Amino acid sequence: MMEFRFEINGGDFSNAGMISSLVKKTLKQLNIDGMIIRRTVVALYEAEVNVVAHAYSGVVNVNIFPDKIKIKLTDKGTGIADIDLAMQQGYSTASPAVREMGFGAGMGLPNIKNNTDELNLESTVGVGTTLEFTNFFEPK
Amino acid sequence: MKISEFKDILSGKAVSGAHLLDHEVKVAFASDLMSDVLTITEDNVLLITGLANIQAIRTAEMSNIHCVVLVRNKNASCEMIRLAEESDIVIIETPYSLFRTSGLLFNAGLSPIY
Repeated sequence: MMEFRFEINGGDFSNAGMISSLVKKTLKQLNIDGMIIRRTVVALYEAEVNVVAHAYSGVVNVNIFPDKIKIKLTDKGTGIADIDLAMQQGYSTASPAVREMGFGAGMGLPNIKNNTDELNLESTVGVGTTLEFTNFFEPK
Repeated sequence: MKISEFKDILSGKAVSGAHLLDHEVKVAFASDLMSDVLTITEDNVLLITGLANIQAIRTAEMSNIHCVVLVRNKNASCEMIRLAEESDIVIIETPYSLFRTSGLLFNAGLSPIY
């Protein structure tokens, strides 16, 4: 098993995606199927942008098993008041700065859902959010 | 068609990925919204965008896009060029608008995704 831990600073847009980039390179080295790599890094990239956009800080834990990759993002931030609403395409609370970066159209969480095999999202308003997802290397 | 041919059609300038100009591209997508680009499931798409920041190149990297056209004289920053070189991405800067760029490339034979 391979295990990585990264930190994200809220508002640090220029580094958003660096973890996804490292994970992509690692999965390529492990000869994981290209479509599974793409789904995983698209989900992780959207999740990284979410932490940068909405939280003060975050930690990303990446665990690569022989048959799957599990990624957990835990942030300290404003949290999500209504998760069902946040999962809806088009719903966004993003700032103008986030929109200027090409995000904030309410597509992030739906994109994450579409690109993951298992997804769990928990949040407490005023405390933070934990997003955990798993992608399997072979179809289940 | 080759990326170099699209560059010429757009009176464009390639500022990264010079070694990839002979690569062929068949489909294109135009958007300033990176979340929209991230929904694409096809590989080797040409991205036309007015979003000249590092996230456009990160998005290309995650989406296996190897050619990004920046419209309306937007310039790629050093940071964008560095990341593009690392990720085998050609950045083409063109003076044309997103609409004109899309029309010219469509006429030249690039197919839309949707």
